[in-house]
Amino acid sequence: MKIVPNIHYTKSHEWFSSEGETVTVGITDHAQEELTDIVYVEPPGVGSEVKAGVAAAIVESVKAASDIYSPLSGTVTEINGEIVSNPALLNTDPFGTGWIYKMKPSSPVDYGNFLTDEGYRSHIAR
Amino acid sequence: MIDTNILKHSPLEAAHIRCGARMVEFGGWYMPVQYSGIIDEHRAVRTSAGMFDISHMGEVLVTGPEALPWLERLLTNRVGKLAVGRGQYTLMLDEQGGVIDDLIIYRTAVDAFFLVINAACRDLDLKWLTAHLTGIAAVKLEDLGDKYAAIAIQGPNSEKLLGKLYPSFEVPRRNGIGVLPDISHFDVPAFVARTGYTGEDGFELFVSASQVEELWSELLAEGAKPCGLGARDTLRLEMGYPLNGSDLSVKHTPLEANLGKYVALSDPEKCDFLGRHVLEVQRSSGINTLLSPLKLSVKGPPLRSHYPVLSNGVVVAETSSGALSPSLGEGIALAYLPFPLSAVGTQLEIEVRGRRYPASVSVLPFYKPERALNSHL
Repeated sequence: MKIVPNIHYTKSHEWFSSEGETVTVGITDHAQEELTDIVYVEPPGVGSEVKAGVAAAIVESVKAASDIYSPLSGTVTEINGEIVSNPALLNTDPFGTGWIYKMKPSSPVDYGNFLTDEGYRSHIAR
Repeated sequence: MIDTNILKHSPLEAAHIRCGARMVEFGGWYMPVQYSGIIDEHRAVRTSAGMFDISHMGEVLVTGPEALPWLERLLTNRVGKLAVGRGQYTLMLDEQGGVIDDLIIYRTAVDAFFLVINAACRDLDLKWLTAHLTGIAAVKLEDLGDKYAAIAIQGPNSEKLLGKLYPSFEVPRRNGIGVLPDISHFDVPAFVARTGYTGEDGFELFVSASQVEELWSELLAEGAKPCGLGARDTLRLEMGYPLNGSDLSVKHTPLEANLGKYVALSDPEKCDFLGRHVLEVQRSSGINTLLSPLKLSVKGPPLRSHYPVLSNGVVVAETSSGALSPSLGEGIALAYLPFPLSAVGTQLEIEVRGRRYPASVSVLPFYKPERALNSHL
């Protein structure tokens, strides 16, 4: 199982990274392992408002549908069209080409609310 | 978390864990849902050979000089048509014609019948059978569910694989059953039936719970891919085989479940079986609802059970089973549709999380296996 450094993690197994004003959101490797074969992704609409801790996307495996919670509140600026046509990217490259959406947070990010890679590692070990 | 203490355990549980299984509750049992992944396992069965632990299925042996006429009254298909060594798909109904269980019955001797029943129905079936045994001395009913474990080998390479394990064993024809002679020293005879729940050629091996782990290891060594209940579900749904509890229940008759060909209403030799009068009425006056195959007309989310089905914006049914077919890449489902809406090609919609997707009534099977069909029927 992979955990990458220098990005931020939620307890509900999403990750995000910041680049200037833009935040990229995805699910962790642990999450994709738990979800198993991902066959369908419903990302939020570009321009839609997402709220921290509220479902922003839906990921479906053969067996079940799961909500993906937005780590932050803000406006969706871009979605990853690749994962819509090839949902398996979430399984094979969750931290890279399997990202889900980019957003502009509505307020400054308080990184203290999120887990570091080390914090996330101990979170899932629990 | 699953409370495994209240669940029944397969004798293969340790073997599943070693194979990397993800375990779930199913029909009161703690069973593997997948190992390498449902899609991978599904494809293995469609292209080579997969094996499933089906130890959760119940086994019942009915013997005695009156066994045949007794079973004939409790089951919808004509048991008397079975030669020794043959099996048939059949249904057990209540007095109202509702489906208690669907099962396969094999005739293993002139006066001996081996019934394979659904895991979740074991207690209910046995209660039902026992209740109808009152006053009948010439029938012996044995619940062998705990003595037997079972493995299904399914896929085009199944026969080759079985041949490697038992080179001198003469394999039964489709829907037939045989006894493995070389392992008959166990507490129960080892039966090999050429049946399954996937639409592919394959076998179901009913063996003593004490020998099943060794059999699993041998099959694994010969290259059979361990497959879980997840793939079992997508494989059966591609064939349109109903799942009791989802697609079948006492609320529907076999005619409504589109299983009329397993009900011997037109067979002059068939006696008055339980539920028959209701089916006779339905046959003459027609049915109001029919379990029908639905296919999404667009790319969409995987279909699941309990999704609303709409006609002209009005909810007319809900799906009883659904999946994203791994073989076709299309959304497939079954639903009890109002009879007038069940004609092939009827345009409907299926609602998923408030969004409606166009669908139409399709034909079964959704997917046709390349080799001759080895139906469970």
